[in-house]
Amino acid sequence: MDPSRGAISELPIKAEVRNFNFHYGEFHALKDVTMPLCERKVTALIGPSGCGKSTLLRSFNRMHDLYAGNRYGGEIILHPDQTNLLDPRVDPIEVRMRLSMVFQKPNPFPKSIYENVIYGQRVRGVTKRSVLDDKAEEALRAAALWGEVKHRLHDMAFALSGGQQQRLCIARALATDPEVLLFDEPTSALDPIVTASIEELIHQLKEKVTILIVTHNMQQAARVSDFTAYMYLGELIEFGYTEEIFIKPRDKRTEDYITGRFG
Amino acid sequence: MSSSAPSDVALIRAEIRRRKRRDLWFGALGVLALALALLTVVTLFINMLIDGWARLTPEFFTSFPSRRAGQAGILSAWVGSLLVMLVTASVAVPLGVAAGIWLEEYAPKHWLTDIIEININNLAGVPSIIYGLLALGLFVYTFGLGQSIRTAGLTLALLILPMIIVATREAIRGIPQSIREGAYALGATRWQMVRHHILPYSMPGIFTGVIIGMARAIGETAPIITIGALTFIAFLPPAPLVGTPPFVNFEWLSAPFTVMPIQIFNWTSRPEAAFQQNAAAASVILVAMTLMMNGLAIWLRYRLRKNLKW
Ligand SMILES: Nc1ncnc2c1ncn2[C@@H]1O[C@H](COP(=O)(O)OP(=O)(O)OP(=O)(O)O)[C@@H](O)[C@H]1O
Ligand SMILES: [Mg+2]
Repeated sequence: MDPSRGAISELPIKAEVRNFNFHYGEFHALKDVTMPLCERKVTALIGPSGCGKSTLLRSFNRMHDLYAGNRYGGEIILHPDQTNLLDPRVDPIEVRMRLSMVFQKPNPFPKSIYENVIYGQRVRGVTKRSVLDDKAEEALRAAALWGEVKHRLHDMAFALSGGQQQRLCIARALATDPEVLLFDEPTSALDPIVTASIEELIHQLKEKVTILIVTHNMQQAARVSDFTAYMYLGELIEFGYTEEIFIKPRDKRTEDYITGRFG
Repeated sequence: MSSSAPSDVALIRAEIRRRKRRDLWFGALGVLALALALLTVVTLFINMLIDGWARLTPEFFTSFPSRRAGQAGILSAWVGSLLVMLVTASVAVPLGVAAGIWLEEYAPKHWLTDIIEININNLAGVPSIIYGLLALGLFVYTFGLGQSIRTAGLTLALLILPMIIVATREAIRGIPQSIREGAYALGATRWQMVRHHILPYSMPGIFTGVIIGMARAIGETAPIITIGALTFIAFLPPAPLVGTPPFVNFEWLSAPFTVMPIQIFNWTSRPEAAFQQNAAAASVILVAMTLMMNGLAIWLRYRLRKNLKW
């Protein structure tokens, strides 16, 4: 029916969520979510607070496995190898080595800037100084932080400003060469200028990686994303090209939310 | 409305004065309570210092106990205390820290771990003589470890183990979950997370717990008497380090021993005033050692925590 709908399914797909259900104990937090992530595109997850955006995002890298009482069913297939990220036989460590995550609040380790950036390499057992140095520079450049920190790589990460800390966390996530980057409201604690620079960064990053980003900021979703998924009360209400979702949403609930008629 | 404003302001000010008076009262009460507690301790210490002053000479540290008070010293006592503490620390610290980490980071959270948790907290409150009796039955009679330095060290290790476990767990709980998630999200295994993050960041808290535990252990008397420390020892245990390969010697572990509090106890039970002076002098040294350990704990915590703010 909808011609653009058909177009999405013809794009290269990096990952697919299929019939995903999630329970926090007895609470059914995600209900039968099915959606694709197109390769090297930015997909935004929007929706009112508590609708399950973070829950869905954190399912991709099996963060929920860290806590008892969480149950989930369904599949998240990662292409091209068709690995089901949620399969109990797939080691969550393998999943986390392929998908990186940036959290809402910057969470640098209380170590030096350098040690933060290369931590992903450290856990992989890389010890060669030259390799680590190259990785650190590459990732810090990609996160637009290199110029600010190149002379103080061995200072504590806490000495950085909030925006710099968040870019450090992005660099840390990039230094593992992930196939997919997961962002959970990465700019919600930052000022507009830093936010703009991080949005610019996301724009550049999608040349190389597939990005899934949770955001509360409609303008941000409109600016950075190619696709948007609107979630409400644990359900995926609508998924499509960002322009379509914003200009002519098909669902009344999406329209209410986007136009701000919604709490 | 504006005409009534001045009287309102006066009312508000009176109200604030009234409440602030109570503030003052509580402040004064607090200072009084603190002064009373401090004064008691300081008076006791000064009293001991005056009594023992004449005996605080270098020879006091290098002489064995003697029938003549004027020649008696604390050599065997402080060496004994030091060696016992060495055993205590090398047993209690790894065990306590490992147990604390396991309980916080590895143990599944269910009723069994709840019971373990409650019991560890209870263990910290068990009177120390009970540990002495347990050690006598277990280490001395069952395992045949003798009335030795290693038995004493193990006994005190048992005594402070719960303190170290509790301190370790407290320190670990202070580490925000976001740090754990950050490490896991980069592909760390649980052990890497513990090794790279949990251990280093909880170190200040663990150190403090260890030192305070050791300060408690060094003054313990009851369990040491129970396992049969000697009160009169005029020789030193074999030296742990020797000049010939393999350079270390573990015979000291099975040597009979005495420790500072027992030496003090022994002297105070003597009728002669000269021995009371010895007891006072030894007590000053023991208190000074404890205070120094506590001071070290505070300093270490301050130093190590400087880089950890979340
Ligand atoms: N650990 C948990 N235990 C139980 N319920 C939870 C837990 N975490 C989240 N929830 C519930 O699951 C639902 C989805 O939460 P989630 O954090 O995914 O929302 P969100 O869309 O990210 O919201 P926000 O925009 O406020 O971050 C909420 O109703 C929340 O109360
Ligand atoms: Mg959220």
